[in-house]
Amino acid sequence: MSLWEYANPRRFMRLTDVVLPWSAAGAALLMAVGLIWGFFFTPDEVQQGSTVKIIFIHVPAAMLAINAWFMMLVTSLVWLVRRHHVSALAAKAAAPVGVTMTLIALFTGAIWGEPMWGTYWAWDPRLTSFMILFVFYLGYIALWAAIEDADTAADLTSILCIVGSVFAFLSRYAVMFWNQGLHQGESLSLDKKQHVADVFSTPLYVSIAGFILFFIALVLLRTRTEIRARRISALIARERQEAA
Amino acid sequence: MPDLGKYTDTVLGAYAVALILIAVLTVQSLLKAAKVKRTLSQTEKRRQKNGKQRG
Amino acid sequence: MIALLIRDLRLALRSGGGFGLSLAFFLIVVMFVPFGIGPDSATHAAIAPGILWIGALLACLLSLDRIFQLDFEDGSLDLLATAPLPLEGIVAMKALAHWLTTGLPLTLAAPVLGFLLNLPAGGYLWVFLSLLVGTPALSFLGTFGAALTVGLKRGGLLLSLLVLPLYIPTLIFGAQSVTLVLKHLSNATAFSVLAAISLFTFALIPFAAARALRVNLR
Repeated sequence: MSLWEYANPRRFMRLTDVVLPWSAAGAALLMAVGLIWGFFFTPDEVQQGSTVKIIFIHVPAAMLAINAWFMMLVTSLVWLVRRHHVSALAAKAAAPVGVTMTLIALFTGAIWGEPMWGTYWAWDPRLTSFMILFVFYLGYIALWAAIEDADTAADLTSILCIVGSVFAFLSRYAVMFWNQGLHQGESLSLDKKQHVADVFSTPLYVSIAGFILFFIALVLLRTRTEIRARRISALIARERQEAA
Repeated sequence: MPDLGKYTDTVLGAYAVALILIAVLTVQSLLKAAKVKRTLSQTEKRRQKNGKQRG
Repeated sequence: MIALLIRDLRLALRSGGGFGLSLAFFLIVVMFVPFGIGPDSATHAAIAPGILWIGALLACLLSLDRIFQLDFEDGSLDLLATAPLPLEGIVAMKALAHWLTTGLPLTLAAPVLGFLLNLPAGGYLWVFLSLLVGTPALSFLGTFGAALTVGLKRGGLLLSLLVLPLYIPTLIFGAQSVTLVLKHLSNATAFSVLAAISLFTFALIPFAAARALRVNLR
């Protein structure tokens, strides 16, 4: 049964024909405004000096790293329950975006950490949790790559995503327990959002909005690519059948 | 360029890494999208042609 | 179901079943630690709980692909899946068999190997208890990984990549159960969470793994 025959992918392609350009444009605009504003037009912070400017990339990337996985969890559940192919392919499409965001969060976190903590890497609960998230992403992407049949791959990766989510969540608390006990009272948190003054928080929100639109644009683009790729496989399979 | 003081390398380094990763991801996504779109239209054209030949 | 358990145990225990391999691997990994970091006993003592846990964990990985592979290849897995027994129960029995033939022996061997690493006196009991309570989780989670990759020809490395992140909470709470005691702190929280995680895997994994098996047997 060809994927293309299902109304869902066709409707998705038609819808995203319109939504994707707007999302991409919005992303470019908001990211540019947020980052330029944050980089050029914010003051230095009392304790962190000019490194506070890293917040405008680090925080959005970290938020997306987590939310991308959450989106993959939801779309995996939708696939398992409702069998919408677009949903399964959207999860597959989102993973590389999520893993890149995780890497950005890790690298910017480490680079930011060096002047603050005196070391590029510290087993701070938050950084460690992101390292673990990175490895979960790798496993998910690897499983998709290892399985030939598309529906089987969709099923197995969905189950992995669900079980993985539970354990990623458990890991977060395990890591907090693991580090808490050793470094009492040491505040290594880079998430200053609660204590960030308006002068920083406004460009930060703009940047976050830009990153969210960027995520949406990329996932839509990549999902469209996945849908087309599946269509190609289906056509080639049919060609082979007819030739035989 | 604002005066980043002693943290110049840090801040520029962080922005550079992030923007490079974003650029790589975006370019890879666009290139793959274009390639698959091209292959799909080639495959569809080929089938159309063959279909006509089979009559 | 008991018959299935006994069958798997017998298969694992006969020669070629890989029974002693995990223990040998555990020994070798523990031996590697002094080779890798130097012969200073004080250093070994400090990291002994973690090394024992990591060694046991890695040794568990070795026999994971056996759980379903042999039955998958000769078609018995298809028969089991269509048998009147619930597939979830079959998964649980296979995980239990894995624990009895791998996790439990490793747990028994650990205090002995702890001796090689200059494990402080107070640690022996808790190394044993934490592994006793934690290795079932490793077996069950490993069974899940095995179910995911059973259809793949050389899925061993992928299996490790999928399963190891799932092991992280068990590893952390397991090793902490020992380390905290050695620091004269209470390990009650760590140990209870460790046990809770194991119990949780007994409940969740059979369903997840059975689902994965059904997908792979289609």
